[in-house]
Amino acid sequence: MNDMTPDRDDRIANLKGMGCARKRVEDARFTQGKGNYVDDIKLAGMLHGDFVRSPYAHARVKSINTEAALALPGVIAVLTAKDLEPLNLHWMPTLAGDKQMVLADGKVLFQGQEVAFVVAEDRYIAADAVELVEVEYEDLPVLTDPFAALESDVVLREDLAGQDSGAHGPRRHHNHIFLWEEGDKDATEQVLDSAEVVAEEMVYYHRTHPCPLETCGSVASMDKVNGKLTLWGTFQAPHVVRTVASLLSGIEEHNIRVVSPDIGGGFGNKVGVYPGYICSIVASIVTGRPVKWVEDRMENLMATAFARDYWMKGKIAATKDGKITGLWCHVTADHGAFDACADPTKFPAGFFHICTGSYDIPVAYVGVDGVYTNKAPGGVAYRCSFRVTEAAYFIERMIEVLAIELGMDAADLRAKNFIRADQFPYTSALGWEYDSGDYHTAWTKALEAVDYAGLRREQADRVAAFNRGETRKLMGIGLTHFTEIVGAGPVKNCDILGMGMFDSCEIRIHPTGSAIARLGTISQGQGHATTFAQILATEIGIPADSITIEEGDTDTAPYGLGTYGSRSTPVAGAATAMAGRKIRAKAQMIAAYLLEVHDNDVEFDVDRFVVKGAPERFKTMKDIAYAAYNQAIPGIEPGLEAVSYYDPPNMTYPFGAYICVMEVDVDTGEHEIRQFYALDDCGTRINPMVIEGQVHGGLTEALAIAMGQEIAYDDMGNCKTGTLMDFFLPTAWETPHYTTDHTETPSPHHPIGAKGVGESPNVGGVPAFSNAVHDAFRAFGLRQSHMPHDHWRIWNIANQLGLHG
Amino acid sequence: MSKTAIKLNVNGKTEELLVEPRELLIYVLREKLNLTGPHVGCETSHCGACTVEIDGKSVKSCTMFAVQAEGTEITTIEGLSTPDNLHVLQRMFREHHGLQCGYCTPGMITRAHRLLQENPNPTEEDVRFGIAGNLCRCTGYQNIVKSVLAAAAEINAAQEAAE
Repeated sequence: MNDMTPDRDDRIANLKGMGCARKRVEDARFTQGKGNYVDDIKLAGMLHGDFVRSPYAHARVKSINTEAALALPGVIAVLTAKDLEPLNLHWMPTLAGDKQMVLADGKVLFQGQEVAFVVAEDRYIAADAVELVEVEYEDLPVLTDPFAALESDVVLREDLAGQDSGAHGPRRHHNHIFLWEEGDKDATEQVLDSAEVVAEEMVYYHRTHPCPLETCGSVASMDKVNGKLTLWGTFQAPHVVRTVASLLSGIEEHNIRVVSPDIGGGFGNKVGVYPGYICSIVASIVTGRPVKWVEDRMENLMATAFARDYWMKGKIAATKDGKITGLWCHVTADHGAFDACADPTKFPAGFFHICTGSYDIPVAYVGVDGVYTNKAPGGVAYRCSFRVTEAAYFIERMIEVLAIELGMDAADLRAKNFIRADQFPYTSALGWEYDSGDYHTAWTKALEAVDYAGLRREQADRVAAFNRGETRKLMGIGLTHFTEIVGAGPVKNCDILGMGMFDSCEIRIHPTGSAIARLGTISQGQGHATTFAQILATEIGIPADSITIEEGDTDTAPYGLGTYGSRSTPVAGAATAMAGRKIRAKAQMIAAYLLEVHDNDVEFDVDRFVVKGAPERFKTMKDIAYAAYNQAIPGIEPGLEAVSYYDPPNMTYPFGAYICVMEVDVDTGEHEIRQFYALDDCGTRINPMVIEGQVHGGLTEALAIAMGQEIAYDDMGNCKTGTLMDFFLPTAWETPHYTTDHTETPSPHHPIGAKGVGESPNVGGVPAFSNAVHDAFRAFGLRQSHMPHDHWRIWNIANQLGLHG
Repeated sequence: MSKTAIKLNVNGKTEELLVEPRELLIYVLREKLNLTGPHVGCETSHCGACTVEIDGKSVKSCTMFAVQAEGTEITTIEGLSTPDNLHVLQRMFREHHGLQCGYCTPGMITRAHRLLQENPNPTEEDVRFGIAGNLCRCTGYQNIVKSVLAAAAEINAAQEAAE
């Protein structure tokens, strides 16, 4: 037997388990055009829905006349709030404890708001009918500035009149949503008052949008014969959608099946519940036919969830030699017309209080005021954990401003204040327990990789040459050391609409030794079908190629909270490992029985159990799987299955060091990214190829946000960025080449030590790009300039600094 | 609305259809011919998810009426290969992780396929410029560029070997 046993390294390689750059199993269908996205779904007799939307940002709806639309051949129904009201579906709850109109109920509060839902035989007829619905509006004063909104007599949310308290405590003004505070305000203010140096700045992180290439959509099919509703859609959290659909519709949860098919990118945009989903369900119930709703790009950008829009006022205190002594922050958060932020219930500002970043700051305070304005609702985590990119941008800008105030090198200032490796687990002044990290090692590696000292010399030479009139280009070195907080989260403090944020995995081993595993998450391009099989392969010794991973069908997958906030690997990945260990524990008993030894006398070895001290006596997992189904083993149930619901004991804290070297043309405002170095530490690495791909993609989204992408409104509340002509998505031409690197500091509390990585590059990338722009002009007196740094804004910086002569 | 008869050659097969003059080509391909490989991303010609080849040119089928395609030869992602004989671009996109969510991929590969005929020996810069009409939100393009360059190298090596 022993001669037949392949080499151990070969057996490990054969598994394609954790740590290997396994090629993706998803790619076969995607590269051949055989993906199955929601708009690819076709059902017999399917109708198409389309919205009548408000052209006004704030107006009273005086009347809606649907006669002409209904008279058009091929139009089946036109729904308005009046039709939804008897079902109590004209409003719906938001994830943030507020409520939102499904269809305009008496007034509209943002441009693009859903007013009526037309249902027709095909898309063209539906679009024609939208034009025939006559809506009479009376326009009202528009509020687009959150600071002005808090002073204005204009009442946006008349439905909340007289309510001086909301889901997150007292409201001090009719356009105020909440004040959320964390930390020790008095102690922080005392430190600021007596500090040797205080740097103060307003840092604005502008409104933007995740803009996945596939827009949002759904297909609802109510089968009146068996009472079952099936809902396909672009859902990053299908199980939560099922629960919400049941609570709203009154249909029992077992009679609702929610399916997330292939999803063409999510980035947070597909976490929330949108009026289109509700309307497709109602329309299917009303018409008895399947109803598809797929929004177009303009609807996606104007009406579905935006991200950011945080005005962050900061004060940072330090000693003269650069030791930070305190941090104070107040945020004015523009939430738009309804508070539809996607955050765990108890955290109306998400995990913004990770804003002490990678630094050992003894005392800190954060206050966040949420405000209603006449803008689209949302506030989702666009490729970041909840409000973490805002927090990282804030602290990484404040560090730069402090460096200017102190006349210090910003790299030295960071290194002087990093939490040291020996301080982990580290409890921050704002209450987080950082699990693990080694910031100094990562930082030193990054600085050496780019020859930081050499870059600074080159920059000084460039400034001198500029001053001599020999060049019109400046050079910026953008530094960032970020700390993420992902993997929400412990059920004790994280839930979505009351559902604890655990996640799950169920494994079935088939008699012939292959397997299927189902999870509560859903891939939107992250490659779960590839990487979760790798975790399992290592845990249970069955080759990844023999394991099918399935997600997204609530009738078959175990309940889970979905994929966003880099939580799939930290939470569902942990559940996968734990379920795998249950399989292994049972397999050990079966192996011991087959080998006629005590359970404790066998041990796991890659893909088999061997008798301790006698490796020639073994049973492979394939042997064991077969035995589980064909032998009566005393005291052991037949079959080989396991399920795990994993409630993480803590979040995970990935981190990284990013350096961007940028050339800026003073006269045109154009920029060129000469070099971008990204070092990520996401703990144990499951698939380096997939990690690198995630980093490239996240950096490019960060590039977009920092350098040009925004959702902008005029004073009338018109959305000025509703198409891809106006809303910047970088092409291959504008996107630089990235150099990736890593260190590996496992999470001590995660079963396999993994921390998650998908969002790190967005969180760290935005400050790296923005700091590079600022740094280019540091020698000429620039302290702070708001993103996005498009050509005009960069030109404007140069102009205001007097660099145009 | 009155309909117009059109004849298209799609992926080597003649298709005769009755369409409304206002129907977009992407709509006819996806809804009437069940070719759901090309996707709709923007309907304004910016994103390229709907890219197909028409008479040897890359075309964004979301901003062309089906009637304008009368008499043309059209190739979609479905026409580039069969499951047991993948196009080298399809293999290289997998090999070099040139895709994530897959939504832009059919248009991207269809565009790259034409690019390599326009320029069989592209530099990295040529590829970046040549696919700039196709947006991807997931990959940051780096591995797409790598995939296209690798495909070019393999095609050229095979041709040299044949000569």
